[in-house]
Amino acid sequence: MRVRTFGVALAGLAAASLAASGCSAKKDDTVDGKKELVVGVKADQPGMGLNTPQGFQGIDIDVANYIAKKLGATKVTFKEAKSANRESFLANGTVDMVVATYSITAERLPKVTFGGPWVVTHQDILVRANDNSITKVQDLKGKKVCQVQGSNSWKRITEDNKVDAKLVPAQGYEDCIVKLKAGTLDAVSTDATILAGYAQREGSSVKLANAPFTDEKYGVGLKKGDTKGCEAVNKAITDMYKDGTAKTLWDKWFGKTNLKFDATQPPAQGCS
Amino acid sequence: MSTAAPVPAARRPAPKRRAAEPSVLFDAPGPRARRRNALLTVVGSLVILGILAAIVWRLADKDQFAGKLWSPFLKGSTWTKYILPGLGHTLSAALVAAVLALAFGILFGIGRMSDHAWLRVPSAVVIEFFRAIPLLLLMYFVFSGPATISDGLNREPPHVTEFMAVVVGLMLYNGSVLAEIFRAGIQSLPRGQSEAAYALGLRKNAVMRLILVPQAVTVMLPAIISQLVVLLKDTALGYIIGYTELLNYGFKQIPANYGNLLPAAIVIAVIYIGLNMTISAVATWLERRLRHSRKRAAGTVDTTATQLPGGAATGAD
Amino acid sequence: MNWDVLFDFSPFGKESSEVLQAFWATVRLSVMTGVLSLVFGTVLVAMRVSPTPVLRRAGTVYVNIFRNTPLTLILVFTSLGLHDTLGISVSSGISANAYWLAVFGFTAYTSAFVCEALRAGINTVPIGQAEAARAIGLPFAQSLRLVILPQAFRASIAPLGSTLIAMIKNSTVVSVAGYIESAGQMKQMFDDYGATLPIFLGFAAAFMVLTLPAGLLTSYLAKRLAVVR
Repeated sequence: MRVRTFGVALAGLAAASLAASGCSAKKDDTVDGKKELVVGVKADQPGMGLNTPQGFQGIDIDVANYIAKKLGATKVTFKEAKSANRESFLANGTVDMVVATYSITAERLPKVTFGGPWVVTHQDILVRANDNSITKVQDLKGKKVCQVQGSNSWKRITEDNKVDAKLVPAQGYEDCIVKLKAGTLDAVSTDATILAGYAQREGSSVKLANAPFTDEKYGVGLKKGDTKGCEAVNKAITDMYKDGTAKTLWDKWFGKTNLKFDATQPPAQGCS
Repeated sequence: MSTAAPVPAARRPAPKRRAAEPSVLFDAPGPRARRRNALLTVVGSLVILGILAAIVWRLADKDQFAGKLWSPFLKGSTWTKYILPGLGHTLSAALVAAVLALAFGILFGIGRMSDHAWLRVPSAVVIEFFRAIPLLLLMYFVFSGPATISDGLNREPPHVTEFMAVVVGLMLYNGSVLAEIFRAGIQSLPRGQSEAAYALGLRKNAVMRLILVPQAVTVMLPAIISQLVVLLKDTALGYIIGYTELLNYGFKQIPANYGNLLPAAIVIAVIYIGLNMTISAVATWLERRLRHSRKRAAGTVDTTATQLPGGAATGAD
Repeated sequence: MNWDVLFDFSPFGKESSEVLQAFWATVRLSVMTGVLSLVFGTVLVAMRVSPTPVLRRAGTVYVNIFRNTPLTLILVFTSLGLHDTLGISVSSGISANAYWLAVFGFTAYTSAFVCEALRAGINTVPIGQAEAARAIGLPFAQSLRLVILPQAFRASIAPLGSTLIAMIKNSTVVSVAGYIESAGQMKQMFDDYGATLPIFLGFAAAFMVLTLPAGLLTSYLAKRLAVVR
């Protein structure tokens, strides 16, 4: 008797979990022409994508809004996407598009269709404003450099460039900035746009070294196989460069820093 | 709430609790002890104050008390946009997970005590597995695993939200711990309880449902509540997979806006401490109330006890 | 169909040295934290039952703060607070420093639980024992050291065991504090090979190798050393 109730309850539990994990309704196949778009963006990256009291703000947000308008969307909502869940979000349809400091890499291509890139940024170095000893990646020899958990940026320095920097572990770039200002660190190195966002926020206490040494192509992530959407996104990006919006946005978000703008549109990757 | 059988008062298995609280360990102090006490008080206070002063001084030295780092917490928008929504998400995940974990715990705890091996063995395996692995790994896998696996098997990937991953992870882990707590509670009951119930002609199901589980829940209430506090605290792990709970809003997004990592961490920690201490206080109150009512109305254990599962669940709210 | 997601354990072969290194990091962290928090937890419990009200209150406040704060935040405080702000540095080597900061934060957290487990143990010592100790003239320190704590430790083995197991599992949270161990390694492999069942099961099994014997040993010891009254 008890066993039977238990069995029924167990079956109920199993059924409930099945229902919960059941297949979602099939989403529209392309973002092109879709009226309501959900865009995955960063929420804790000043200058790029930041959830402020006034809503999401940053260059990623503005670019996403511009592209969405060109695709014919009338309503755009933003959702926080972490580095850890961007692919899952696209795969299971939580978001239609990801514009979240999303570099186009060989490992991601099998899982994601990328529109763009909309900009090519470079790995750069952020230093204290009064520190003139670091102007290129080789200067990092013997310096204390931030090593962020889950980010590969430090490998470009110690492995690809064989610069013997002292790596200081940290939880995130916010951590690095605190440590940099406190003097526990000498340099923070990752995508220039990310660093410029912090530089803009922090004002005069830190500066970019302007020592670019890799290419990071920021793409627009779409659900795997959405080539039609990808082509429409590429067209929108071309428009963005032609009508001057790209420059305007760059000045708006990084104008106070010494990050340079490249007026030529980066060549599109091709949609696959 | 059945008032069926006049159940004899359960002998509390742990009446030792009343034992040696501080006062028993030492006499009323004499003159020498008082002097030594006074000395220790002064030295102890000085050491503690010294540590606090050093912290405050160094923080001030590093400009961590600068008004612009703390002023965001005086703005209404900080609370309405970040902290309160974060708190809401933390509490809703904790509440749902607590209810599910209690259900899971009761089911598998009883399952593990079944007379049938086909039920006992799988229950034991499930409990031991989920108890032995770190919750963090479990959450990662619940969140990212289904998409990869269904992709490999050419199925439409299931829509696993961060909320679901957090809740399922918390349920599996805490449910397994609770199952062991329930089992320990039931085993701690005097054999006479179930024997008397069988003698009255109750079936296994009724013995478990009416006699053993209610008493076990009462006996293990402190352990259950402290596990629910653990559950609430563990929702913080959800921020790693991007669930927008208190830690994510308060500790990632607020500092990203205002550049005040350390002040934000302090404020968020204070909120967590307040929340958990409230739950612990409720638990202590509940426990004391139970113990009193137990003394007054010794014959009606089941009426007080059957109200408890609900009580325990609201405790985690 | 790609059955690899269910059966392919080969990533462990390819990354065996990284995986072993990550688990060695977990073991190193857990052992050091276990020893230190046992010591510090005992100091805390002595404070909490001491005749000096200031120490008693300080102990209580400490336990309440550290038991109720998420471990992630405590690790932030030790990394940013202790090291960067207070300038406390244990070792000149940076990676050794990261290890020790992780150990400190982790010990600060675990000690609160060790203290509570020991206090529960002290509560099981019958009043008569404390009274007898006092009756033969033992002062507080000696009655604690010779009479109460030996019994309390034996009664606390089971709860200390669960604290130990929880501690081993909690060490995964340390991966967010800039100290790479097994959870970080699993996430890395999820990123590289996809989140497949075999990778998850492999890490789960490795943790069971650590936690299950700990559980069995402590419950054996708890039974073996139980104070018969």
